[in-house]
Amino acid sequence: MTVAASLRSRRARDPLPGFRLALGGTLLWVGLIVALPLTALIVRPWQEGPSAMLAALHDGRMFAALRVSFTTALLAALIDVPLGLTLAWALVRGRLPGRRIADGLIDLPFAIPTAVTGITLATLYGPQGWLGAPLAKLGLSIAYSATGIVVALMFVGLPFIVRSVEPVLRDLPPELEEAAGLLGARPWQTVWRVILPTLLPAAVSGFGLAFARGIGEYGSVIFIAGNQPYHSEIAPLLVVVRLQEYDYAGATSIAFVLLVISSLCLAAVAWLRRRVARGLIVGADE
Amino acid sequence: MIGSSRWGLAALTWAIIAVILILPPVLVMTEALRNGAGAPIASLADPDALSAIRLTLVMTALSVLINTIFGVLAAWVISKYRFPLRGFLVALIELPISVSPVVAGLVWLLLFGTQGWWGEALDRMNIHIAFAAPGILLATLFVTFPYVTRTIAPLMEQQGRDAEEAAMLLGASFFQILWRVTLPEARWALLSGVLLTTARAMGEFGAVSVVSGHIPGMTETMPLHIETLYNGYQTVAAFSMAALLALMAMATVGLRSLLEARARASLQTKDTAP
Amino acid sequence: MSVRIENLVRTAPGNASKVLLDGVSLDVPDGSFMALVGPSGAGKTTLLRAIAGLDAFQSGSVVIDERDATGLSARDRNIGFVFQNYALFRNMTVARNISFGLDVMSRSQRPPQAEIDRRVQELLDLIHLPDMGGVWPQRLSGGQRQRVALARALATRPRHLLLDEPFGALDPVVRRSVREWLRALHDQLGLTTILVTHDHEEALDVSDRLVVMQDGRIVQDAGPDALEARPATPFVMEFLGETLKFAGQVSGGMFIPADPHVARFSVPGVADGEIIALIRPHEVRITSAVNGAPARKVGLRYGFARLAVDMGDRVVDILSATPWDVGESVELHIDAARLFRNGRMVEERCDGWA
Repeated sequence: MTVAASLRSRRARDPLPGFRLALGGTLLWVGLIVALPLTALIVRPWQEGPSAMLAALHDGRMFAALRVSFTTALLAALIDVPLGLTLAWALVRGRLPGRRIADGLIDLPFAIPTAVTGITLATLYGPQGWLGAPLAKLGLSIAYSATGIVVALMFVGLPFIVRSVEPVLRDLPPELEEAAGLLGARPWQTVWRVILPTLLPAAVSGFGLAFARGIGEYGSVIFIAGNQPYHSEIAPLLVVVRLQEYDYAGATSIAFVLLVISSLCLAAVAWLRRRVARGLIVGADE
Repeated sequence: MIGSSRWGLAALTWAIIAVILILPPVLVMTEALRNGAGAPIASLADPDALSAIRLTLVMTALSVLINTIFGVLAAWVISKYRFPLRGFLVALIELPISVSPVVAGLVWLLLFGTQGWWGEALDRMNIHIAFAAPGILLATLFVTFPYVTRTIAPLMEQQGRDAEEAAMLLGASFFQILWRVTLPEARWALLSGVLLTTARAMGEFGAVSVVSGHIPGMTETMPLHIETLYNGYQTVAAFSMAALLALMAMATVGLRSLLEARARASLQTKDTAP
Repeated sequence: MSVRIENLVRTAPGNASKVLLDGVSLDVPDGSFMALVGPSGAGKTTLLRAIAGLDAFQSGSVVIDERDATGLSARDRNIGFVFQNYALFRNMTVARNISFGLDVMSRSQRPPQAEIDRRVQELLDLIHLPDMGGVWPQRLSGGQRQRVALARALATRPRHLLLDEPFGALDPVVRRSVREWLRALHDQLGLTTILVTHDHEEALDVSDRLVVMQDGRIVQDAGPDALEARPATPFVMEFLGETLKFAGQVSGGMFIPADPHVARFSVPGVADGEIIALIRPHEVRITSAVNGAPARKVGLRYGFARLAVDMGDRVVDILSATPWDVGESVELHIDAARLFRNGRMVEERCDGWA
């Protein structure tokens, strides 16, 4: 029976060589670097019993930090959407002078390490900074407040919007606008009723990516944030604070909540993108 | 009318780009060079600075090496085969992208920290992972985990299995197929993924910050050393290090953009050829 | 050098209820040139890939040169395979493509480099591309790529050659010449060749034997003449060319057609009952008749007049050697027909096919 079974399995196996070796290597790698530590994160909060987890979750400072992270990330991503759409439009359709240079600059926030971004934005928008000083004269203080967090997250999130929208915009047939124009639509009607709806799925996905990134962002934020508990202290920073206090349970429960939020957020984006994409874009090639 | 709106859009775009994107790097350079060109060089020659640069280079090289080798294997598996739970594996590989860097550091402390599962036992055996170089490596590996696979797997899937099957029928082994057929066809994407991994690895701050312990001259990478200098009000030194790190990362990303343009071009010529 | 397939079963991956190969058995003797034909989805390519060891199967066996190849890895089967889209390695020159099978041999088996180079040149001459060794495959035309793919498959001197729709992407003129050349090559090298095609004319032109497949099964396995004379099922007849269909009754050795305007004809030895007669368009003879079916000329083919005959409830297209006037009233005469009952050919044939 075992011989027959082994013959059978040999027959049913994919003949392209390397599957077992590559799958084995992949599982080892994923297991050690991703699955194992994340298992620790998921199991650890419950190790001291559910009451300890509940106690750790019942922490006003933690809720404040999560609220700060959530609202600033949301606000920054929302502001990034019109900015990103403008940039993407200018890059693809606007015949922008210096387009190639602008295109390269879009990726700067991806390229610059977060610590560099952090100290740079803190200096730029600080009370003596190039932008901070004139804004202070107008009575606007950005650095060392929640506003500073939004500014930092805007910087980090902007490329997500541009790079999500850009390819869709590039593939958008010009005939779409021409058809709308021939049907009597004014330019703003064309943009509002034809262009924007087709860009919506891409914009939503860019928004979701920027938002998810913003919630977890650490390095570019902590220098400019001021980090006052309950006001401008972001959740990732509180994780670090708890660790410095040797409060592993506290740190882990915040981290757990952060992981759940960002996973849910990305799942929602994926779901939304599928739904919206199905309904809206109808091209000749589909 | 149309012309004016076009120039209006261009002006608006460049204003956004200037304020949001150009000012920061200009500021980095200005701050670094505030006391002349000698100051940054002197500050980078500091032993702690040199140690940070060395540690960053070593960690980056190791992370890139490990994540490239396994990333290629993973891309091979998920792009060339269909098997149960494949979607779950893909999701698991993508997961680190959505995890906060701080969490990416914390998870290693849960395993290897003093209060972690195995920290104490390893400590007794005189093996130090948390607050030491191995912890930094693990954190960097986690953070840069998906980039190689993510970059090459879609291309490898698009290329299908025909070339691999032809090679197999001609007698090639797994490594011969991978090395002579699959990877050469995906070489631009692979390089691009490697460069992305490199840029992310050398710039990683949050995750490394949590596991490193911040011991100057020992466990400080370049981003961590920037923080230490900045918090110690050594502005010029901080921005000098920042400038160096930013230049390294920007060069890497710039090279990657160039390669992507080439990859797209080569893909197009292949597409037009039936 | 023979290939034998016994009772091969393969189901669709992930959907075991969808049967791709439904117990296929086939014998390909040494030196034969066999064509697997059938509509798309019939299982031709699936069968070819199973023989090559590219796809796994659930049960049955593949025997190559009297050795069970089931456990044999694809690369140990001594098979040359040409893919539908050629699957040339884009990152290698034509010469490196051709030598690939030699290059990847283990050091102990691999011929010296000089010999590899000589073999490559020999194959380049064979495919009439002697100076193309240094060219990248992207620069070649479809027909040239096809030949390079063939040379690559032949470099390791396989005894069996499997081709999956090899002419599909070529234009008709190139197609014909490559076809003839391939047949000559097969004879010259003494290969055992299996060709998959959905084009019956191609298969009739080039192969000694045709295997007609439908829904994962072999419907008929015969030479071109036998296939035309004695198609096993109406499907085979229809697949091999334009077919006219006449339903009717056999009564006392006579075929009585259901259609009006068709003359009855004798079918000695055929049992009474319902029957279907299938005829090629040129096998119908027409004569003038009073109150017959109106016919009109709709075109020309191979010098025959193409006539549309209005039978009342349907229009039948036939070929006639004699020119015909529009609107003339005709009657159809059938001298030779293949008779089918319950989907199978009736063994006894009628008059003209003695």
